[in-house]
Amino acid sequence: MSDHEPSYHPSNPFSKWMDSRLPIMRMMHGQFVDFPTPRNLNYMWTFGGILTFMLVVQIVSGLVLSMHYQPSDAEAFNSVELIRRDVNYGWLLRNIHAVGASMFFFAVYLHMARGIYYGSYKAPREILWILGVIIFLLMMAAGFLGYALVWGQMSFWGVTVITNLFSALPLVGTGITKWLWGGYAVSGVTLNRFFSLHFLLPFVIFGVVILHIWALHVVGQNNPTGLDIKTKSDSVPMLPFAIMKDAFALAMFALVYAWFVFFVPNYLGDADNFIEANPLSTPPHIVPEWYFLPFYAILRSIPSKLGGVLMMFGSIALLAFLPWLDTSNVRSTKYRPIFKWFLWAFFFSVVALGYLGGKPAEGSYVMWSRVFTLYYFAFFLIIMPVVGLLETPRKLPSSIMDAVLGGGGGPTAANAATAAAEKR
Amino acid sequence: MTHTYLKGLACLGVALSLVGAAAAPVLASGGGDAIEPQHWSFGGIRGHFDRPQLQRGFQVYKEVCSTCHGIKRLSFRNLSEKGGPEFPEEGAKGLAETYKVNDGPNDQGKMFKRPGRLSDRIPSPFDNEQQARSANNGALPPDLSLIALARKVEAEHPFYALPYFMAKDIVTGYQEGGSDYLHALLTSYRDAPPAYKMDHGHMVAMTEADAKANPSLPRCASITSEAGADDVCNKMAEGMQYNVAYPGHQIAMPPPLRDGVVKYADGTPGTLENYSRDVTAFLAWAADPKLEERKRLGLMSMLYLLVVAGLLYGAKRRIWSKIPH
Ligand code: HEC
Ligand code: HEM
Repeated sequence: MSDHEPSYHPSNPFSKWMDSRLPIMRMMHGQFVDFPTPRNLNYMWTFGGILTFMLVVQIVSGLVLSMHYQPSDAEAFNSVELIRRDVNYGWLLRNIHAVGASMFFFAVYLHMARGIYYGSYKAPREILWILGVIIFLLMMAAGFLGYALVWGQMSFWGVTVITNLFSALPLVGTGITKWLWGGYAVSGVTLNRFFSLHFLLPFVIFGVVILHIWALHVVGQNNPTGLDIKTKSDSVPMLPFAIMKDAFALAMFALVYAWFVFFVPNYLGDADNFIEANPLSTPPHIVPEWYFLPFYAILRSIPSKLGGVLMMFGSIALLAFLPWLDTSNVRSTKYRPIFKWFLWAFFFSVVALGYLGGKPAEGSYVMWSRVFTLYYFAFFLIIMPVVGLLETPRKLPSSIMDAVLGGGGGPTAANAATAAAEKR
Repeated sequence: MTHTYLKGLACLGVALSLVGAAAAPVLASGGGDAIEPQHWSFGGIRGHFDRPQLQRGFQVYKEVCSTCHGIKRLSFRNLSEKGGPEFPEEGAKGLAETYKVNDGPNDQGKMFKRPGRLSDRIPSPFDNEQQARSANNGALPPDLSLIALARKVEAEHPFYALPYFMAKDIVTGYQEGGSDYLHALLTSYRDAPPAYKMDHGHMVAMTEADAKANPSLPRCASITSEAGADDVCNKMAEGMQYNVAYPGHQIAMPPPLRDGVVKYADGTPGTLENYSRDVTAFLAWAADPKLEERKRLGLMSMLYLLVVAGLLYGAKRRIWSKIPH
């Protein structure tokens, strides 16, 4: 992939010794210093780095929380309160982890929207994309399991509603549900195994993230034009260019994150989760965490339970097939005048479903959930394949450099700019 | 590039404020009457508790609420810790000693009672749920340790105004919905209207004329009845009070506060309004005892991050300045 000459020169005796035995520094240098990144990346490309940061934050804060947390029916809620009240900076740790989960999803949704808008799932990035969908699924599992650990009313009833969904599956349904519960109802037994899995999953995610980055570094990054890197002038080395931009974006993200952690830590949560789990009293509205709401809306929009479950899981599984559902040979939506409208309508639908998922399932809310669910599926199954075949894309720039210089710039302008860049 | 972003942001700002102005806020708790957002000293990003207010609030809790409600997540020592009412430690110790706390078993294997210590949790009035219910007509007075966070006001905004109100709450650091609700609850006992009808499980008051037009109305069995949309009730259920802030409007708690029930030592007038605000502030602290530390550290962190972001931006600008992108 690399057009740049490797610039790793081990300088001291130890690094030379190491380099001839385990050339890990050489690899890191090639992948994270010299690695060529398109020069025209915008800030939507900073979320990958942000997501990696969030994963580390969740793992570190989660590890420390686990040192104080007790996964039992009687003590779970009390131990979270103890963390908030009596552990040194426990309130901070807890806010970092709880808000962190939301920030993680916020970043992943933007990351995915970026991928869809700029066609980053298309060849040769199919495996990269599918690994991303797997990470998303694992994150949803981790988020759901983690929310259960608080063992408040919303934790308990959320678990009850979601695990009950599996009972809709024919034949194996009730068996699976009982197996998940470890008994005949959601109980401390369920909580205990959820804790174990919640502890495990982030490390699984970490493994898949490594594969994801590996696949990325084999095929290289996409960019707003969707064009491949053709010449050296199309790219800049990762360090310092991309890294510096990522660092600035991360600082901005951290500002938002910290705002929530310190000033509105409970904004993203539910007041009912400050009431200890009580199997005898059902809260009036059971709503999952905000990041599940679009899928929850899809689930509830289908009158049959089994149908709803299948549609909900289907709506996520569909993402894995995007590389083959999209028939256009142009990657970036920037150059797709018709598809653009359908795509923005799709983004709108997902947000609308999120809104509807938080509303009671009655009256016009149900009707609108159905409309947007229908569009969600139609977008992937009909619009994507059909529009790709019918649409005439706008004229593509001849290269990334050409696009950067405003299209009009011929080879001379490009050369001048490259020369300027190389003079530094 | 930057210009387009800035222009976009400005347009968004203007659009959001227009929407906000068009859709005046309507706060309601589960279909109840409007609940007004209050000014709280601990609200917003620079909020902090008013020490004398917390002390008065504790007095109201102790003299009134504690006959029915526990506050089990607080220990006596918390009352003299930083960021709370900050009673002198001697005072908190003396207070603890006025309580009899279960302990044991002793050398003979017997449980015994001893005077409370600073490290003890504040004892609850009832030993268990059954005892609490039987003393309260079957209703359960909830523990108040977390009540200020466990309640909210449901804001009813049209969907298009939602982004504006969400942004507003986030930017102003509004987290006092629970306190607004508590204050409303304690000050919203009213004479029951002549009749109600049930609407989505909530009691909705009927006018005098409506009630006269329906002379033979059935009686509401209990607040928990999932009565259909058309059910009409002409009486409060047994032992219930009418409270416009409570979801469903029928609450089993008799009005706990009225002018003059508590004698304040610091000269603050003993009014229902003052009692309610003070006890609410106290409960807000009990639910979030690290609030002051959190907000203080928050301001410092924001400042630090702003500087870091500024430096990084400068460095990034310089590095990219000669690279068209
Ligand atoms: C005579 C006993 C009694 C006293 C005194 C009392 N309460 Fe209550 N309280 C109750 C009962 C019983 C309930 C349960 C009401 C129900 O379920 O309908 C309750 C419920 C509540 C609730 C929960 C309302 C909700 O939204 O579910 C709050 C908050 C509350 N009380 C606050 C207070 C405060 C503050 C005081 C002191 C100023 C106080 N109470 C004094 C008996 C009492
Ligand atoms: C993918 C990364 C992770 C995600 C998305 C995630 C998500 C969550 C969520 C949503 C909660 C509930 C937060 C609340 O409302 O309080 C939670 C709680 C918890 N998590 Fe995680 N988590 C992750 C990683 C981890 C790791 C790696 C550990 C431990 C090694 C961990 C340990 C815990 C513990 C002990 C709790 C309960 C304490 C609490 O609620 O504050 N988490 N997690």
